[in-house]
Amino acid sequence: MSHSHPHEALIDQLGTELVPVRRLPPPWRRTGGWLLAVAAIAVVLLLHYGMHPMLQRWEGAPDLAWAGLGAVITAVCAAWAAFALGVPGWSLRWAWLPLPGALLWIGASGLGCLRSWIAPDTSIAVLHQSLHCLVFIVSFSVPLSALLIVLLRRACPLRPVLTAVLIGLASAAASASLLEICHEYDAAATDLLTHAAAVALVVAVNAAMGGRLLSKS
Amino acid sequence: MLQALTATGFMGVDSHLSPWIRSELSVPVDLAAADSNASPGQRRAMWMAAAQAGDRRAYEKVLAESVPLIRAAARRQGVGHDHLDDVVQETLITVHRVRHTYDPARSYDAWITAIANRRAIDALRSRGRRDSRELHDAFALDNHPAADDASAATDSEQRARKLRAAIAELPPGQREAIEHLGLRERSLSETAELTGRHTGALKVNLHRALKALRKRFHGEP
Repeated sequence: MSHSHPHEALIDQLGTELVPVRRLPPPWRRTGGWLLAVAAIAVVLLLHYGMHPMLQRWEGAPDLAWAGLGAVITAVCAAWAAFALGVPGWSLRWAWLPLPGALLWIGASGLGCLRSWIAPDTSIAVLHQSLHCLVFIVSFSVPLSALLIVLLRRACPLRPVLTAVLIGLASAAASASLLEICHEYDAAATDLLTHAAAVALVVAVNAAMGGRLLSKS
Repeated sequence: MLQALTATGFMGVDSHLSPWIRSELSVPVDLAAADSNASPGQRRAMWMAAAQAGDRRAYEKVLAESVPLIRAAARRQGVGHDHLDDVVQETLITVHRVRHTYDPARSYDAWITAIANRRAIDALRSRGRRDSRELHDAFALDNHPAADDASAATDSEQRARKLRAAIAELPPGQREAIEHLGLRERSLSETAELTGRHTGALKVNLHRALKALRKRFHGEP
């Protein structure tokens, strides 16, 4: 142990500063805490809009339901992966966890656009309606991302930018899931493009800002 | 976030976040059992768990046993022999700051190696940035003839003023350490005698002061 000798003074000093600490809860429990906040927003939106319009739309265009399910899975997996990467020693492979959900989300939304027929009870969004979706996704993503960043600042994300990308993906996917509750349009190309732009914007802003915030944690 | 290096700073953050985070207060661990039956890795895991509960002896033991692991990780990342000790110090300070993130159900060695790898990469990057800013002597001489000496002297005075101002803003302990050890080039024992502080505390304060100054002037974390 000859190597440790030069560091004895530092170790001694750190020992004098030692106080008991509260352990960080495991990633699944922290993910659960964040999902509770998302669920609370969903309950408020459901109370306001009701279940009926959403179910009717899903009946007319089942791929919308699959896309919604994909977005929910993406949100859960991306948040879980972000919390896992916030703990040193967890494999970087966790960053791939949201991929299957994201493929379902993108695939089902894309299929909706390719459909040659339009479901009877839905209408295609025009550009300004699509912009409403963009504003919805971005404005819900801001508080959801902020909450994830606050929770992760207490952890130790050794790859802050990658973690911030996952935060952006989780909050954008959660916002897109919430949008399903009050979304009135079918998956038209304009709509899909606006959703993709909103998700890309949220992820990019998180990567730029969140990475910096997390690296100072 | 130098202030947050103290555990009390983190406890403050904990209480601030309490509505969202249900954390567990670490529980004491049977260290006698840890010392006798366990493998070195398991022993370190148990010591760290005990350190989370506030056991200083276990903490010092696990940090001392971590030094070879940190050095090995830094060497694997390509850190040169001269800089290994810097990475060890940075890693130990990070470990102190984030010790609440260790989960005793998982490998301690994997946890500390991940932190050491990160600090090693940071050290390599920061040295790369510093090297790119420094000029080779011959190049500097060619490009800065004697006519510029007056302006160079003014620049140097200005830099010295800025440095003095930055040192004046440091917390008292850090200021004291850098003034005695850095500027007046006193030895650790001389400074300890003059200030009445422990040499360990002086070293930590010097390290933190240099880090704060480096961050201020070069924007390095």
